[in-house]
Amino acid sequence: MEDTKKNLNVEKAQVPETAGAERTKDRTVFIPAVDILEDANNLYLYADMPGANDKGVNITLENDVLTIEAQVDGVSFEKHNTTYTEYGIGDYHRAFTLNEAFERDKIEAKMKNGVLSIVLPKAEAVKTRSIPIKAG
Amino acid sequence: MQREVSSIFTLPRPRRVASFPPLNIHSGDEDVIITSEIPGIDPADVDLTVTGDTLTIKGTRKPHEVKEGLTWHRRERGSGDFFRTVQLPYAVDAGKVQADYVNGVLKIVLPRAEADKPRKITVKPAS
Repeated sequence: MEDTKKNLNVEKAQVPETAGAERTKDRTVFIPAVDILEDANNLYLYADMPGANDKGVNITLENDVLTIEAQVDGVSFEKHNTTYTEYGIGDYHRAFTLNEAFERDKIEAKMKNGVLSIVLPKAEAVKTRSIPIKAG
Repeated sequence: MQREVSSIFTLPRPRRVASFPPLNIHSGDEDVIITSEIPGIDPADVDLTVTGDTLTIKGTRKPHEVKEGLTWHRRERGSGDFFRTVQLPYAVDAGKVQADYVNGVLKIVLPRAEADKPRKITVKPAS
């Protein structure tokens, strides 16, 4: 099991600016690291978005594309000089194409300790789809 | 396309080895504030110790409990033990150190030790 573990020491990755178009907000956007798991009934998504609270998070599902976004309020320390930095602060954005149907109304999401968890229940029609193959 | 071509010909940037948890240090006259992004941990799993001008952060980020029937699609979030030692710009008063953990960000406020503060010395005129 040890080798399937992901190393902790990974830097936050930035969302690249697409050629020709820039964001209106002059702010760094990071790609949150995610874990995605699946079982017979649900798809589970966990995203690390430190600094974001539940009010700043936006989740949309449109045309099979699940988009997660979070706005992070930067912190400033008025009487302090930032003398050393190892991480940047910015918003988060990531999108996934879902190749299955989900019960849109039953998707649940929560934010705790900077981790977004989403549970997407699979649609009934998708769950029962074992097709028997007839011998020719 | 331009981007792709140029990336082939540029050497990889020298990168410092990322350490977990990443720290930002904000120094002031009266105290040092250290912030660190450690999403998804139980604050009880973090151990902070201060000795003179050294701060040690120790803890564990637990992996998922993978139950029967679960399959992975992506696994990008790290887990395991972490340990970091930071040399502070001055000695701090260990008794007054405060820490909180909000939205996955740990914030530690370390007040400067009274004995370490600069003292103003008045020069007396010769009598």
